[in-house]
Amino acid sequence: MKPLRNLMRTIFNTLREIFDENAYERFLLRTHSSPSVASYREFMREREEAMARRPRCC
Amino acid sequence: MRGIAKVLLWGAVAAAGALALGTIALRRGEPINAMWLVTAALCSYAVGYRFYSKFLAAKVLAIDSLRATPAERLDNGCDFIPTNKWYVFGHHFAAIAGPGPLVGPVLAAQFGYLPSTLWIIAGAVFGGCVQDFVVLLFSIRRDGKSLGQMARDEVSKVAGVVAFIAVISIIIILLAVVALVVVNALKSSPWGTFTIGMTIPIALLMGVYLRYLRPGRVLEASVLGFLLVLLAIVGGQWVSHSPVTAGIFTLSGPTLAILIIIYGFAASAVPVWLLLAPRDYLSTFVKLGTIAILTIGIVAIRPTLQMPALTRFIDGSGPVFAGGIFPFAFITVACGAISGFHSLIASGTTPKMIAREPQARMIGYGAMMAESLVGIMAVIAACTLQPGPYFAVNSGAGMVGQTPAAAVSTISGWGFPVTLDQMNTMANDVDEKTLFFRTGGAPAFALGMAKIFSDSLGGKAVMALWYHFAIMFEALFILTVLDAGTRAGRFMVQDALGHIWKPMGRTSWYPSIVATSAMVVGAWGYFLWQGIHDPLGGINSLWPLFGICNQLLAAVALCVATTIIVKTGRARYMGVTLAPLCWLVAVTFTASWQKIFHPNPLIGLLAHANQLNAMHPAPADLARKVFNDRLDAVFAGFLVVLVAVIVVEAAMQWFAVLSGKKEAVTSEAPFVNTRFAAEELA
Repeated sequence: MKPLRNLMRTIFNTLREIFDENAYERFLLRTHSSPSVASYREFMREREEAMARRPRCC
Repeated sequence: MRGIAKVLLWGAVAAAGALALGTIALRRGEPINAMWLVTAALCSYAVGYRFYSKFLAAKVLAIDSLRATPAERLDNGCDFIPTNKWYVFGHHFAAIAGPGPLVGPVLAAQFGYLPSTLWIIAGAVFGGCVQDFVVLLFSIRRDGKSLGQMARDEVSKVAGVVAFIAVISIIIILLAVVALVVVNALKSSPWGTFTIGMTIPIALLMGVYLRYLRPGRVLEASVLGFLLVLLAIVGGQWVSHSPVTAGIFTLSGPTLAILIIIYGFAASAVPVWLLLAPRDYLSTFVKLGTIAILTIGIVAIRPTLQMPALTRFIDGSGPVFAGGIFPFAFITVACGAISGFHSLIASGTTPKMIAREPQARMIGYGAMMAESLVGIMAVIAACTLQPGPYFAVNSGAGMVGQTPAAAVSTISGWGFPVTLDQMNTMANDVDEKTLFFRTGGAPAFALGMAKIFSDSLGGKAVMALWYHFAIMFEALFILTVLDAGTRAGRFMVQDALGHIWKPMGRTSWYPSIVATSAMVVGAWGYFLWQGIHDPLGGINSLWPLFGICNQLLAAVALCVATTIIVKTGRARYMGVTLAPLCWLVAVTFTASWQKIFHPNPLIGLLAHANQLNAMHPAPADLARKVFNDRLDAVFAGFLVVLVAVIVVEAAMQWFAVLSGKKEAVTSEAPFVNTRFAAEELA
């Protein structure tokens, strides 16, 4: 059961990384803030240009 | 004992791969099972990864497990952040996987399943995976520098300019051709148009949800968005059956093109959080899920391939696109085997996340293997269709006859039987008015995918739902490529114009945003407009141009990589990047030359323009059609010049360094010991 649990945890965390949830968590840690509308707005503002400059692959 | 077991295991994997490759290469005259393709691919990837990528890592790149990566040295908790290798793998794969490996192999299936399959496997193992791996590692060693920066620093300033132009060119042609694929998939399809139209308000709703209701809960919002998209698919059936709503959502090609151009412009100008980011999340969610269930579906059903190994169209007379197996099969497959676009990702976000140098092997080489497997799945999906219907769906009216009756007569005459009844039944099964002349690859792929899905779950009764799910899946992430590409192109143009007039470089200055968005949308919009009015179906001229652009960018990446290998004193191994580079140069030069000068008007653009000029009576819009052909020819010629410039610039560097005329100076960051190695030992 343990390997299966580890696999599920890895998949879940990979999804969190792909979907920027981990990045938001790191942002909260770095800025010592808590999840809120204001902190998420600030997080998106910080990432906006990087996200917008990134073309999606063909 | 363990050594012997390993030898036996790898011997068995190699033997299974050889048997599968032998079967798909040599079996003629009877259909084969799709699992032969899957086995050949998986065994080849396993052997390639275990032996070739290990050789690259150890000998060519001299990967150093004690060397700190930029993610560790420059860790700022934002751009540079050491991340678990599996998370980076997922992130990198999600970034490189796009519509190319799905559409390209479907189009190239006109040659039969054999050429695409062999090229996807061999091209990935010896070309695409190598390119992604070496560019990723070289970017890691240069603090995550982009391909353009590395071209400028390692080759020359001219090479940097060529890389910039290559990126802009590929973005413009890519956006035009994927928009054309969407137009061809949605025209006269109220169900598909409604579903895709609904993804825009769904993405906006997700944006508001993430911003104001549940900040940062992206997975939750993506699941919600996905459920709403499923509702939209079910609702689409109702829309298509109601005369009023069906009328509203039944749109012609030009109308759809105008709407997509307006969408591209608007998406480039609205805030990222409102549309681009949520749409990207939704598209990634659907993409990863669908690829996973397609893989499971193929393995569970093990479908039989109906397409022969080779068709008569290897001589260049194909109706999907004209041109011989060399170079056009390689140009068309594109991203499933080697994609220059990946070098932008491999020198973008990914190198800033890798914690240890040895992980670059799994992420760079490994993720491209996964992408290549997606290409194999696309070959299987296309080749599970009977050849007759495949050609009826994928051929333009200009290639097989202006009416369905003429098309079935032409295609049956080629030895691929198809009837009007058969096509009507297929269209009824998927709730479409017609499936004739649906060029672009997306409808054919959706049909194959729907067949595999409905065979696994639900039978014929739900074939229409699966078909429209597949169309939604393709169109959703094509539109994501479109809005993200338009915005990225806008930033590049703003950066460039900022050198001429500073205010234009300000990314938040509205006049600059509007002007540069209009330039980028105008450029790809023109090619799109040209494509939908092309008497040969558009894909015939635009997809090869896209393929040439993509391989050109790969040539730039391989030139940079070879230069770095030479400069770091490992010239004896330069063949690993030089061999795929030579192949790409041969392919792009030949394809460009044939697209410009081939005497067959179906292939040569100038010959086609001359044919139009000689027609009596002159066709409608003669001047515009002739101009478009000549414009495409000039564009193809321009690409050849770019390839030649970058190759000459790089070769001059190699000769100068190897002959001792120039000191080999690289922009590699100085060695710093990693703390992770000590932590591991502790």
